[in-house]
Amino acid sequence: MSFVLDCPNCGSREVTDFGFGGEVTTRPTGRPEFKELNRYVYFRDNKAGVQREWWVHRAGCGEWFLAERDTRTNEVIWTARPADAPPARAAAASEGAPR
Amino acid sequence: MSGGRLAENGGQRIRRGEELRFTFDGDSRVGLAGDTIASALYAGGQRTFSRSFKYHRRRGELCGCGQCANSLVTVDGAPGVRACGEPLRDGMQVEHQNAWPSLELDVMRATDLVGGPFTPPGFYYKTFIRPRRLWPLYEKVLRSAAGLGKLRRRQPEREWRTEYRRRHCDVLVVGGGIAGLSAALRAAQLGADVVLCDEDVEPGGSLLFEGGHERARDLAARCREAGVEILTRAPGLGYFDGLVPVWQGDVLHQVRAARHVAATGTLAQPLVFPENDLPGVMLAPGALRLAALYGVDPGRCAIAGVDDRALETALSLHRLGVQVAVVADLRPDADSELTAALETAGIELMRGVTPVRAGGSKQLAEVQVGPVDPSGRLRGSARRIACDVLAVAGPQAPASSLLLQSGARARFDDTLQSFLPQEAPPLIHPAGAVAGHADAESAMLSGAVAGAEAALALGFGEREDRDRLASERAKLEAEAPTVRRAAPPAKSHDGGRGKAFVDLDEDITAKDVAYAAAEGYDSLELSKRYTTVTMGPSQGRFSQLASARVLGEVTGRPLGEIGVTTARPPWTTVPMGALAGRPFEAAKRSSIHARHRDLGATVRWAGDWRRAYDYGDVEGETMAVHEGAGLIDVSTLGKLIVRGPDAGELLDRLYPNRMSTLKPGRIRYGVLTSESGRISDDGTVCRLDDDTFYVTTTSSGATAVERWFTWWMASWPELDVTLTDVTQGVAAMNLAGPGSRDILAKLTDADVSNEGIAYLDGPQLAIAGIDCLVLRIGFVGELGYELHCAAPQARGLWDAVADSGARPFGLEPQRILRLQKMHILVGQDTDSETTPYGANLDFAVKLDKEQDFIGRWALEHYEERPPAQKLVGFTCPGGEVPTEGAAIVEGDRVVGQVTSSRRAPKLESSIGLALVEPRLAEDGASISISDDGRRIAAAVQTRPFYDPDGELLRS
Repeated sequence: MSFVLDCPNCGSREVTDFGFGGEVTTRPTGRPEFKELNRYVYFRDNKAGVQREWWVHRAGCGEWFLAERDTRTNEVIWTARPADAPPARAAAASEGAPR
Repeated sequence: MSGGRLAENGGQRIRRGEELRFTFDGDSRVGLAGDTIASALYAGGQRTFSRSFKYHRRRGELCGCGQCANSLVTVDGAPGVRACGEPLRDGMQVEHQNAWPSLELDVMRATDLVGGPFTPPGFYYKTFIRPRRLWPLYEKVLRSAAGLGKLRRRQPEREWRTEYRRRHCDVLVVGGGIAGLSAALRAAQLGADVVLCDEDVEPGGSLLFEGGHERARDLAARCREAGVEILTRAPGLGYFDGLVPVWQGDVLHQVRAARHVAATGTLAQPLVFPENDLPGVMLAPGALRLAALYGVDPGRCAIAGVDDRALETALSLHRLGVQVAVVADLRPDADSELTAALETAGIELMRGVTPVRAGGSKQLAEVQVGPVDPSGRLRGSARRIACDVLAVAGPQAPASSLLLQSGARARFDDTLQSFLPQEAPPLIHPAGAVAGHADAESAMLSGAVAGAEAALALGFGEREDRDRLASERAKLEAEAPTVRRAAPPAKSHDGGRGKAFVDLDEDITAKDVAYAAAEGYDSLELSKRYTTVTMGPSQGRFSQLASARVLGEVTGRPLGEIGVTTARPPWTTVPMGALAGRPFEAAKRSSIHARHRDLGATVRWAGDWRRAYDYGDVEGETMAVHEGAGLIDVSTLGKLIVRGPDAGELLDRLYPNRMSTLKPGRIRYGVLTSESGRISDDGTVCRLDDDTFYVTTTSSGATAVERWFTWWMASWPELDVTLTDVTQGVAAMNLAGPGSRDILAKLTDADVSNEGIAYLDGPQLAIAGIDCLVLRIGFVGELGYELHCAAPQARGLWDAVADSGARPFGLEPQRILRLQKMHILVGQDTDSETTPYGANLDFAVKLDKEQDFIGRWALEHYEERPPAQKLVGFTCPGGEVPTEGAAIVEGDRVVGQVTSSRRAPKLESSIGLALVEPRLAEDGASISISDDGRRIAAAVQTRPFYDPDGELLRS
């Protein structure tokens, strides 16, 4: 695995500079049922395609940011601070679109 | 005798008159500046460079460019250096490898003389497996016989490390031959940022020794002018999704390019005939390099080949002043300008013949050539030709590893008699000979096309550049290769004895491959694994096609069906150290570390830190804390400042207990849990003022906790809070023991009485004139004050406290002291399954708080169920100290494990912590510890071994 990510702070760097925070999950609101809790804690979509995920610039500024990446090709579609990230649904619609 | 130097010539690298002295096996030798080790040895008359891997046969110059195993030598004690690629330096000590007692007289040669017929592939596997009990003995003998070269038992301290360099560019060109240079030049002219890497000491590829050196140097100069960064002696090691590591001496360039041009050229190929490994049988470019680059007269040459390359080699050698005896061309009908030129030069051309045997005792003396039938057997009689060198030019093979690694497919081309890479992925552009454009002009054109394609694809260039590319592409396609090449037989021979090698690295003969095929290993992948053909240091460069041909002949399949395997990275042999690089995580030492060194501390690793384990007297240091006062450096603790109006809210969301209710100047213990309710870290939180909290973490968890906090902060942008990691900037030391209050009183005017600084108070005071945060906590179980101050002032504070009577104690005494109190070490006394309930930290979980927090739902679930394991203390009445990690058993069943154990000098007993099934978590329960064959009886204790009610802590 080898590709480049754009840190919103530092710019384009090798993937080895970053820590992977896993795919973005939604924390249940209110008190979840046991099954829902189990799903939230242990299950991931493990999508073959574009997924939204967390990254941290481990060897750099330490910033946490979001990215959408195609897990099949490692193409990074965008990176952004959480506040600047496109809403999840719109992003899914524009899969593969240039940044 | 042959081997002197030829007349001067513009292409030579050597500088006459600049002599370099070196030794070979202790004998002093002389070479010239610009020589390789091999060219200097050859010029001095040395023909045998090494002994072969299995049969210990003499091996000499072969490829001339550092790609085969023939020239492996030991240089200044470092084995595995390729003499024909390594520039000569003054004072080098060169030694042969793989021969004993000497290169000339090698007793292991017996394996060749008697062992040959008895050691077919698989011999060692089949023979030494019985009887099995003798294998250790066999192994000892075989291991000492195997391998090439010997590492020194003690390596000198390495003063250098490989540096990593990251280089992002638009276009990376791998290979600096004419195609590569042409591609780099065009891409750079179009405005791209271009890097070109090449294995040789200068770019130019085969132009350098085929009379084109001026053109090569001119092209390289133009590239530099256009801004191309040229890396020499820098092979590209492999293709990793667009990243190409380029190794250049002490630097590993990690080159990331948007587009790649693979201009990796072709590899010369041998011919297979009996005794084809005699020193003197060289690959054609090897002989040419010797003569053209190093001005070495190789001696009287015969040339054997299958296409025009043999004729060109003969003419080039002739032009350089080398005596050429004869050219043996396998084609029956060669007739061109080249044949006419040979005639003019007075070089005899034999058509339709190929070598069927080489002869000579220590080196080549003659070669026998003759016509052969399709199976390779001599028809009629052979002619003996006396010569010193036989330059063989089999059908060149594209050096396609990089392309194949990137996902291209290899297809057999009947005209070229080789596998051409096809369907390269769009980000990589093949150029030159590797793409089938072998002659200089079409290679130049194909390079320009590749360079333009790469640059234009990246948005460089104008409309006219596109038009130009289109016309060049058309021209290139129109100039389809017109190579006429004969297909060589798998092995040509005269029916007599003698080994015909397909792989010189591994000593694999044509017969071995056929034998393996007869045993059922009849595909290339199986043959490779069984015979080890192509698995030597040259990674099949010179053996893959030869062995595939044998396999094709034995199995009756065409070469195209046999296929090729993809050589995996690295392309070139690299020292392990070149890949190890400089570690990103530097060893850390606290700002007080110099004091520990002065005191003769035993320093050990603790995570990334170098820490004082003890100062030579564990028991004395432990007792000092009980009886007087001790001082330990705890600067390694993670330290975070959480600040902002929502700081309390953030901590309430992350900790299972309440932090927002802390009063300024007070401290609370906190355990961190994951969403699954498992313990991830612990530490203390001190509220400095309304908006500011000072959070400490475990030493090993500092980074993870900082990342955990910042991650949740990124997820909760609504919180107005910031986090500053001051782990490195703030030092800390723990002053502990009944005498610590008196010591503190000496160093400050503040009221240090039990009312002035109560248990869990966190005042900010000047101690010895240094601003400190004083945390009254008790990890070690005695009255104690953790003093936090700016790191640069910590040594002064340490000195002041130590001079007032506190005895330094190390990590080991601290471990004993905390164990007496059953204070846990996260990660040692807990594992990834341990919940706060299992670790008796129920007091730190407040499920009655309204606030939702990380792990709450899981903890609500666990609160109602007994944990799978519970942490308990135990004592061993027999005084044994079980190994940490030892199992607790009931009969044959494992019911828990020891997590910590020590002998406590104060208690004069053996104590420990263990994770056990909850039913055993009762005072007095007896457990049995299985430790390395022993059974140790122990009794469970649930309350701390020392000061169970914490009276000492609070007083």
